[in-house]
Parts: sequence; C-alpha cells; structure tokens
Amino acid sequence: MAETILSARNLDFYYGETHALKDICLDIPEHNITALIGPSGCGKSTFLRTINRMNDLIEGVRVTGSLTYRGAEIYAPDRDVTELRKNIGMVFQKPNPFPMSIYDNVAYGPRTHGIRAKAKLDDIVERSLRDAAIWDEVKDRLKKNALGLSGGQQQRLCIARALAVKPDVLLMDESTSALDPISTSRIEDLAMELKKDYTIVIVTHNMQQAVRISDRTAFFLLGELIEFGDTEKMFSQPEDRRTEDYITGRFG
Amino acid sequence: MRRKLYEIVGRTLLYGCAAVTAGLLLFLAGYILFRGIGGISWRFLSTAESVIHGTVGILPAIKNTVFVILVSLAAALPLGVGAAVYLTEYARNRRFVAAVEFASETLAGIPSIIYALVGVILFCTALKLQKTLLAGSLTLAIMILPTIIRSTQESLKTVPVSYREGALGLGSGKWHMIRTVVLPSSIDGIVTGCILAVGRVVGESAVLMYTAGMSMAMQSFSIDRLAGASGATLTVALYHYAKENADFAVAFSIAAILLILTVIINFSASFLGRKLKELTYG
Repeated sequence: MAETILSARNLDFYYGETHALKDICLDIPEHNITALIGPSGCGKSTFLRTINRMNDLIEGVRVTGSLTYRGAEIYAPDRDVTELRKNIGMVFQKPNPFPMSIYDNVAYGPRTHGIRAKAKLDDIVERSLRDAAIWDEVKDRLKKNALGLSGGQQQRLCIARALAVKPDVLLMDESTSALDPISTSRIEDLAMELKKDYTIVIVTHNMQQAVRISDRTAFFLLGELIEFGDTEKMFSQPEDRRTEDYITGRFG
Repeated sequence: MRRKLYEIVGRTLLYGCAAVTAGLLLFLAGYILFRGIGGISWRFLSTAESVIHGTVGILPAIKNTVFVILVSLAAALPLGVGAAVYLTEYARNRRFVAAVEFASETLAGIPSIIYALVGVILFCTALKLQKTLLAGSLTLAIMILPTIIRSTQESLKTVPVSYREGALGLGSGKWHMIRTVVLPSSIDGIVTGCILAVGRVVGESAVLMYTAGMSMAMQSFSIDRLAGASGATLTVALYHYAKENADFAVAFSIAAILLILTVIINFSASFLGRKLKELTYG
C-alpha cells in the first residue's frame, strides 16, 4: 500500500447555510489515480476544490474538521496558500489557457515563482509540453496564441501549464467532460502515464472513465462519502446498496 | 399583406433614423472642414497671435492642449485604474462599492462648470496654483476620473473567472494574477476609457476658462514653465476668436483642427491598444 498523501478526517464544508460536505473521512494514496464519482451536487467537486483551497474564492464558506497534505493541515491559519497551490496543481473542467502565447502559458507558473532565466524557462516549457504529450503538435508555434489550439490541445496545454510548476498532486475537475472522445482518450492515457510521478485526483461524471483509469474510487452522495475503495472491487462488488444503484445507472 | 407592410414601415423608419444621424454628422464635419480648412496654413499653425506683426497663430493653443491632455491623463489614469481595480477585485463591502459606483456615474454626468468651481476653490485658491495650465489639468483630471474608473471596471468585469482561477491555481498571488492576467486582458476597455476621457478634455472649455485662463501668448516649451503659465487651449481659443473677436474664419479653422485632432487621437489610441495587447501577449 502506497503512502497516504492527502487525508481528510471528519471534514465538513458549508456554503453559507448549505452543508455541502458531511463528515468526510478519506485517505488518498500517493502515485495513484483516485476518482471521485457521484451525481451532480453530491460534493465531489467541492471536495476536490477544498484540497487546493480554490473554494476560498467564494464568499461565506466554512470548513471544519481536518484535511492534511503530507501530514500538514491545509486549512491551518498560517498556511501559505500560494505554496499549497504550487504543490497541488489543478486542471479545470473547461480548458482555460490564458490569452497569450503557448510558451507564455506554460512559463506563467515558473515565472510566477521567480524563474527568469531564459534557458531554464525554455527547458521547463519543453519538458512540460513533452510530459503533457503535446510537444510535437506545438513545437513549431510556441509563440502563437494558445487560443488558436483545438479544445483537446488546449486542455493538454493546461496540463502542461500545471506540470510546469512541478506539483506533487494534480487535481482534475471533470477535465475531459468538454472534450471529444479522441481527446478524452489521449488525456486518459496521459493521466495513466503521469501517475508514475504525480498523485492524481479526478472528478468525473463518466463511470467508464473511472473504471478505465483509476486505482481507487470514492462515491459521494448528497455531501456524504458513501463508499471508498479499490476501483475494481467497487465496480464489481459494491458494499453499499446506493453505490450499486448509482453505478448500475438506477439514478444519476 | 399587413404583416409585410408592418415590416417595411419598421425598416424604413429605422433606415431613416440612421440616415438622418449619419447625414447630420457628415454635414457638420463637412461644413466645418469646408469653412475651416482654407485658413489653415503652416504660418497659422506655427506662430502665436501678434498685434505688432499682425499675425494670427495658434501654436500656443496647440501646445497648451497637448499639455493639458498629457497632464490630466497622467494624473487620472493611474488613480482611476487603481481605484477600479480596488473596487472590482478587492472591495468586500458591496454597499460601499455600489455607493462609489453610483457616485462616479453621477459625477460623470454633472455639468463641467461645477468642476470649474471646484477647481477654482481647490487648486487655484486653496493650493495656490492660481490660474495655470497645471490647475486646469488637475481639475480636468478630477472630471475624467469617473469615466476612467467606470470603463476600467466594466472591462475588468468581462475578464473570465476561468483566467483568474487558472492563475490562482498555479500558485499566483492575487495582485500578481491581476497584473499579469486581468489587466492585460482588459487593456482594450482601459484604452476606450482614455479615448472618451481625452475627448472630454479636448472638448472642454468652461473648466479651463476658469482654472487655466485665456492667455494666447507663447510660453516656453519646458514643462515647468508651461505648468506655471496661464494659457488657452484650442477650444478656449476658439471661444476667444468667435465670441470676443468675432473672427469666425479663425474660429472655423480651429474647429477643423480640433476635428482632425480628435480623429488622430482616436486612431492612435486604438492602435496603441492593439500594440499593447500584442506586447503583453507576445
């Protein structure tokens, strides 16, 4: 069993009066792909966004309980959020490259964290684009605007952008839901490749996707964690009736 | 049949509105150029008015106008953009923001003579700047501040949340995110605000008569001398010739120059906006 990298204990999350996450206890192992599944509004995205504190941007949110990254509290008052987000990168639902060149998109993170030397940036940009399996498609047009790429390319560019700051964990918030099947499959292959070096947590609506790529799956329903375990086991012999109903498509 | 008629009448009315508007503008521009362009010569543009030499020249007015545009923008642009960034990105108190927005909208619409009064009391008297181009420029800066704040704000609001999230998700701090992603994306709107502001500055006369004076004399080209001097801009000069000298030929020539100047400013501002965008986005 791999080492636990993210750990939630009795985690509760509120949007104003709405109790969005209820008493979540969950250990995410290193170098694994963990899938968060469940119907819309079940709290899976909320959970994902508590991990890198993206929810801080929303007014009136409240977190209680414990959520740790490598043993340190993510919501500790003295936590450096920018450092946390450097370690825990995120790829969003819709591709969101900045309206700048492909090169500048990838170099954005390293520059933000103080890397200025051209040679070093060139190196990081190339390696990140290679790791995100898009180098061959863009190497001749690094100075062109990223918005000219196709949706699938844009999303891989966003992955490259996230990898460029050398994160430890990569969060993917339904990162293939806006893409066509071919782009989706490329990104799935990429995720399988990346888990050697990174820990990946994905939110997905697509259960086949969870089966295809994840090692462990967490099923959320109405803000509660219903079941969490080995993906193969969960999809073949779910322990909870509600999990079974959801994965067999009785609701969702 | 009735439906068809209804459509035709509607379309004709709309066409008429557009035609009348365009016609009026074209007539105006054409008439001004027709009456004014003949009086424009190099001598007219490059000399000052002189009773002794019997010349009529508007070089001082052109210099004063450029000075007033540059100084008022230099004062209002950083202040206005800064205030807009604070209001849109940082301010937490919604009622405070709403109050400031309402105030700036109201201020953008009040008659300029009220700004003149404020300028006279604040800059000319209290701050002892007297009737100078500097006092006039600062008063205009206050006048164009609401325009710049509002257009910057509108432009900041159109920057997609996804850009912000992308930057923050990479570990960017808030100000870094604003400086590197939000402001470059809203440069168009800021430039538009500046064009509107410059338009108001070029077109303003009441404020300047009270705060910058009406001197037609030539001042030195140095910034400090110009700042401390009293002088008329093109619009004030136009007023001077039309109203006090009843010299309409000169007045129309100045009007033609103002028209051409405005066109040049608009074109160069949008050119600058495009260039800035290219520069930041590579």
